Amino acid sequence: MTRAAIDRKVANKSVMTSPTADPVTDAELVPPPEAAAATVGEAPVALRVENVSKVFGRRPAEALRRLEAGASRDEVKPYGTAAVIDASLEIRAGEIFVVMGLSGSGKSTLIRMLNGLWSPSAGRVLIGDDDLSAVDAKELRALRRARLSMVFQHFALLPHRTVLDNAAYPLEIQGMRKKERRAKAAEALAMVGLDGWETSLPSQLSGGMRQRVGLARALAADTDILLMDEAFSALDPLIRREMQEQLLDLQRRLGKTIVFITHDLNEAMYLGDRIAVMRDGRIAQVGTAEQILSDPANDYVAQFVADVDRSRVLTASSVMVRPAAVVPASGGPRQASRTMREAQVSAAYVVDRQRVLRGVVHDVDAVAALRDGKSTIASAIREGVTAVRTTTLLADVFAPAAEDALPVPVTDEDGRLVGVVPRVTLLAAMAPVDKTMGDGDE
Amino acid sequence: MSDSTVPRMPLGEWVETGVDWVTETFRPLFGFVKDVLSGAYDVLSELLLAPPFWVVTALLAVIALVAKGWKLALVTVAGFTLVASVDQWDNAMKTLALVILASLIALAIAVPLGIWSARSDTVSTVVKPVLDFMQTMPAFVYLIPTVVIFLTGVVPGIVATVIFALAPGVRFTELGIRQVDAEVVEAGQAFGATPGRILRQVQLPLAMPTIMAGVNQVIMLALSMVVISGMVGADGLGRDVVAALSSVDVGKGFEAGISVVILAIFLDRVTAGLSARTPVAKSLATGLV
Repeated sequence: MTRAAIDRKVANKSVMTSPTADPVTDAELVPPPEAAAATVGEAPVALRVENVSKVFGRRPAEALRRLEAGASRDEVKPYGTAAVIDASLEIRAGEIFVVMGLSGSGKSTLIRMLNGLWSPSAGRVLIGDDDLSAVDAKELRALRRARLSMVFQHFALLPHRTVLDNAAYPLEIQGMRKKERRAKAAEALAMVGLDGWETSLPSQLSGGMRQRVGLARALAADTDILLMDEAFSALDPLIRREMQEQLLDLQRRLGKTIVFITHDLNEAMYLGDRIAVMRDGRIAQVGTAEQILSDPANDYVAQFVADVDRSRVLTASSVMVRPAAVVPASGGPRQASRTMREAQVSAAYVVDRQRVLRGVVHDVDAVAALRDGKSTIASAIREGVTAVRTTTLLADVFAPAAEDALPVPVTDEDGRLVGVVPRVTLLAAMAPVDKTMGDGDE
Repeated sequence: MSDSTVPRMPLGEWVETGVDWVTETFRPLFGFVKDVLSGAYDVLSELLLAPPFWVVTALLAVIALVAKGWKLALVTVAGFTLVASVDQWDNAMKTLALVILASLIALAIAVPLGIWSARSDTVSTVVKPVLDFMQTMPAFVYLIPTVVIFLTGVVPGIVATVIFALAPGVRFTELGIRQVDAEVVEAGQAFGATPGRILRQVQLPLAMPTIMAGVNQVIMLALSMVVISGMVGADGLGRDVVAALSSVDVGKGFEAGISVVILAIFLDRVTAGLSARTPVAKSLATGLV
């Protein structure tokens, strides 16, 4: 499922025009949009955060007690700084899970509890089945070596070591022999496109290249879980986008479990299979980019996502509606014109027995066919109607929508018609969800 | 507030009693320390004095060449030839031996203490005021108890010098380690490195330019204190300076003084050169090009 989500973002910008037939019959014509939008499947949980809190300061126990009693973050200030409050997450194997929040929201503290750099004041963190708070320092180090690697905001490279030896550092810690670890590190460097730079020092590289070394170092460690703390935040916007694309590209090949921390909403939406929005130490909402955009949990999230370029996050499936009129290709013109009349539309979508979209029939053509005494509407079908896929981003639905007055048909991967996107729906989806008068949870 | 309203507190007497008690109680220990220090000093000064002056000068010039460059090597040759020509060579080598010995001991104490302070806030808060005390106490004052304990000669000079020169070594080491980018240390931790490995492979190399600045300070302070300890009969240039002072002999004073300056230039430039040659300092320098 995660793979599909990545495909949606990286590869799939295609607009279907000639669907292929498929033997499967009786697919439901219009599945509910949520079914198509759901991205997280039932992969095993790789990382579990259970009611974790972290309080820095003089009296963390007292602060925790008051927080549990319902005190706010500001109210417990005299006892300590509550960086993370009662956070629970389940991060599934193979997904890119983004934790997004402004500075001070507790996201960096949260990620540092995922590999035990800081221990929670309350709650627990589980890597697979291993409880981080139940292991001693030695076991924790072994766990980090085997399971977790991390990419840092300011790269955190050793300035006196070459690029190759920096990338090999986790393997050196693991106790691998020099020749072997250098070979593995060179592979990782090649993966991020840094072959040829092995003997350079970090100070000779640009920021983007340094972070590639940081990424190669994490990849060389070859752990299932990759923690990325604001990994691209220190880079120029253009380099940042390049790195994001590279990360998705690598993820498609490697299928790691990635926890990505960012304050950049667009980055979160671009990378995340699922996103947790943090505010004031609490997790405000967890969901896919589309869920957060179209159904924000509260005012804060709604305001936060107000500025997002929705057309680059939402897909056709999240806004499509049931087509008003659909007629079978084998049906007659009389049936077709009756369907259109009942639906009060001037054109109907034509599908074959497998619900594969064949084209469109207009009322005038149907009436003409009827007048000419045709038994089917075959001759009246206008083919070559531009359809989009369920996974097509709304940004790519505008062009087909402008071509034709008809709603844009949406098809699944087999070319079956699953819904349509009328222009008015498309435009309405671009506006932020108005949540200001409703279910604020503060 | 007049003097009569405040009763006289016998602070000095207390300290005196304390020093006496310490002297009596630890007499065997102090005897051992004295033997070790004077033995080490004898060996070191013999080593420096046994070869002819030009051999030692050539050796020092090579050190200067490696640490800094040919210019410093030239200055070294010229400087130490001048020292020899004003008949201060023996004194200069004795002083150099004292400086080297005292600096090595001071660093052997200061660097681990600095590392410990950097790793523990408790240790840091205890050590800091002690260092402040040691640095602000007038240098001469250290000589008094050391003379009581070790009598006159080279050993009280070395001990007083070690105490006096210790502080910057501790401070710079602690500062250097605390200044190491927290993320780089976290990176070591995140990949499962042990604290010892992080210290050896991350913290010390990254702190090395700062620690070397501390080493430089320790050596310079040691040099100044070694001269002062000429007052308690320590060998070297200090004794001539003190003698020149008591007999108001401007010429001799200047000759001994200029020798101290030449030693100081050599030691300062060499240690500064070495700190610029640490791997981290070098890698940062390449980045600026």
